[in-house]
Amino acid sequence: MDAPRHDNPFALAPRGDNPFAKITDNIARIAEAERPPRAWYIAFGVSLALLTLFLGSLGYVAWVGIGAWGNMMPVAWAFPIVNFVFWIGIGHAGTLISAILFLLRQNWRTAINRFAEAMTIFAVVCAAIFPGVHIGRPWLPYYMVPIPNQMEMWPQFRSPLEWDIFAVSTYGTISILFWYMGMIPDFATFRDRSKTTIRRLAYGLLAMGWRGSSRQWHRYERAYLLLAALATPLVLSVHSVVSFDFATAQLPGWHTTIFPPYFVAGAIFGGFAMVVTLAVPARQLFGLKRIITLDHLELMNKVLIATGLLVGYAYGMEFFIAWYSGSMYEGFTFVNRLFGPYAWAYWTMIFCNVLAPQLHWFKKIRRNPWATLAIGVVINVGMWFERFVIICTSLARDFLPSSWHYYVPTALDYMTLGGSFGLFFTLFLLFCRYLPMVAMAEVKAFHPSVLAHAHASGHAAHSHGEIRN
Amino acid sequence: MSDEHKKESAAAEKKAPLHGLLAEYETPWQLLEAAKKVRDAKYERWDTFTPFPIHGIERAMGIRMTALPWFVLAAGLTGLTTAILLQWWTNAVDYPWIVSGKPFWSIAANVPIMFELTVLFSGITTLVGMLMLNGLPLPSHPLDLKERFARATNDRFFLLIQASDPKFDEVRTRALLDETRPVVLDEVLEDRVTSDRMPRGIIYAIIVLATAGAIPLALAAKARFTKSRDTRLHIIQDMDAQPKYKAQRQNPVFADLRAHRPDVEGTVAVGELRDDDHFYTGKVNGDYARTFPSQVALTDATMERGRERFGIYCAPCHGLAGDGDGMIAKRAEYLASTGRGRGMGWVPPTNLNQDYLRQQPVGQLFESITNGVRNMPAYGPQISTEDRWAIVMYLRALQHKSAAK
Repeated sequence: MDAPRHDNPFALAPRGDNPFAKITDNIARIAEAERPPRAWYIAFGVSLALLTLFLGSLGYVAWVGIGAWGNMMPVAWAFPIVNFVFWIGIGHAGTLISAILFLLRQNWRTAINRFAEAMTIFAVVCAAIFPGVHIGRPWLPYYMVPIPNQMEMWPQFRSPLEWDIFAVSTYGTISILFWYMGMIPDFATFRDRSKTTIRRLAYGLLAMGWRGSSRQWHRYERAYLLLAALATPLVLSVHSVVSFDFATAQLPGWHTTIFPPYFVAGAIFGGFAMVVTLAVPARQLFGLKRIITLDHLELMNKVLIATGLLVGYAYGMEFFIAWYSGSMYEGFTFVNRLFGPYAWAYWTMIFCNVLAPQLHWFKKIRRNPWATLAIGVVINVGMWFERFVIICTSLARDFLPSSWHYYVPTALDYMTLGGSFGLFFTLFLLFCRYLPMVAMAEVKAFHPSVLAHAHASGHAAHSHGEIRN
Repeated sequence: MSDEHKKESAAAEKKAPLHGLLAEYETPWQLLEAAKKVRDAKYERWDTFTPFPIHGIERAMGIRMTALPWFVLAAGLTGLTTAILLQWWTNAVDYPWIVSGKPFWSIAANVPIMFELTVLFSGITTLVGMLMLNGLPLPSHPLDLKERFARATNDRFFLLIQASDPKFDEVRTRALLDETRPVVLDEVLEDRVTSDRMPRGIIYAIIVLATAGAIPLALAAKARFTKSRDTRLHIIQDMDAQPKYKAQRQNPVFADLRAHRPDVEGTVAVGELRDDDHFYTGKVNGDYARTFPSQVALTDATMERGRERFGIYCAPCHGLAGDGDGMIAKRAEYLASTGRGRGMGWVPPTNLNQDYLRQQPVGQLFESITNGVRNMPAYGPQISTEDRWAIVMYLRALQHKSAAK
């Protein structure tokens, strides 16, 4: 139990006579409390207001048409697609933590995987709305689904935009399945602790009669492993497919083979930044400091340094290829990014994504929750600007100088962007209030006492009358 | 649960037969040891219940590997096949549609969706298969009546041997479990309290929802097989109604009621003035011009241009030398004298080297090209004015040449 703290992020986990019950109490009391903390109400109020703004601005656009946005040829994609890529990128960390870290046996993930998965799903919800509205007639997105219709037409499967439909909807579905399956044992815990009929009925329906049978656990663990193995290539494929939307176009600044890995690295980077942004207030607010420890934050900050460097490398490599390819247009595009009309956006991106995470090289900053939160927010801003830079600078200066145009978003664009955070945080706060925020069963399974026992030789088992501390 | 209800259930439980024996342990390793003993005693209908998966319990209980991965593999292959057939049939067979010169069917362009559907089918099967193999959802179980059992999802570890096990003997099984030193060893009775029937409310709700859900389908089916004089219900108007007048419609604003306004008198489009009669019509004061207009210079360049245009537009019928023996004329003559075309009429193209044409003013030749003669169509719309004059110049040269022979 005296292993170095970095190797064992569970060193601080609840101990004592009955650590399992303490873990259960620690997490279940959040959903069982009669009233959440006051900060929850304030945050929920703000989120609801933003959500109202979001629905209002979407409704307005649906009513009057997308001319209300600042999108204007040649910058036809602009804010809606920037927001789409931004949100879908954030939606990568959850499944990465659930699936890839699970396969890599990074057991520290159990403290954060549940709400990272929830965050993923809510981010995908936010992302899915934008292309649906951007098509201009939001009642017709079913055209992109292969269903027999009166026009006797089929969608065109050779288009990356069609791949997107399948990639994002598959990713959303699998993420929800993964999330839900992980919660089944925890729903059962909630059901068995519930004091009111409504809670027992609601959590009972969700738990589907889970009683913790070992024969069931066996299939459950197998299923979890399978889903993790399926979700791992999926999480890497989603942002690759999103990047195809750009890479298969012939626009300078988009037409690059580095896009799929570059987008995936950026998505993990942005997603982890969002996880720390949410984890710091959540552990503070709901008293989870002994479950989501500083060690967990530090590990996530290390992931941020690594992925931040990857993203920085991709920025550099784009410039190298622009020069090395000898393509005049490619070269112009990148010089234009540095010094053109959107240079302010480019340098914001470089500051937020490349320079800011370097602070995490200092251990003091890495282990400081508020610095972690601040850098997380800065990275989120930077990742939004990255998508803005990719989409808007390339489109605004295309092949024909006569059609160049400086894109300026309207107030409605900003309202839609801000409002999407309202949707995200409303869903997230409801999740914190009503669902198991931490995977209780998994945290228990990786409790130091259980691990210590599992690693000790099996023959000594009968000598342990009680849990070692 | 009310007190009255509790008494009632207690009374019912007394009469109920034994479901099994339940042993409770404080730690997972005590449970592991107990499980090994029960396994070695060759029991079949027994299980352990734990708040989290216990490392090594499969071996301790003798649980065999689940068949779930095979179901998932089958589902993945189904998804892959579905994706291949879906894309191939819709895009290459049922609705082939040329896009950017891409082939209708190629593996490369269809890989992403093959991958996505493989994962989607496998993932759904993983969850559904896990639930089905586990016999879930399972709304009620005799263990639910044990208040203590609620800790199975919290912090305690249970072992249940069912009375239906062929080796079950109340005394000997109890002794076996006693040996494992459980915290509590308890009898579990069959559930005679919980009704097996679904609550009425749920049944009614399902009936109402199913009926309501069938209504749109019924309406769609009715619309498919019946005819109606009513106009189609058009919920979203798209751009059907636009505040504008179309050509050929009435507009009461104007005296002549024409929505499509005619040009103001004397309107000339840019570059369309054509106020040079000689150049544009080949006439001077109403008579055919005998000279070339000043815009057409007698140079090698003009002559070369005329030769080229003549070769493109005139030679196919009139022949390269203007003798009326172009490829089309020869072919027509051949067809008219043999086989299918025998006896059919054919007006041969004019020999341009006849005297009356040699003496025609250049303006008249120009006009013939511009507006056509007999069954020769008008070339004015196809050949620019300068080029028509160049052709006339080249034709004059051909005529001089043939006269000199």
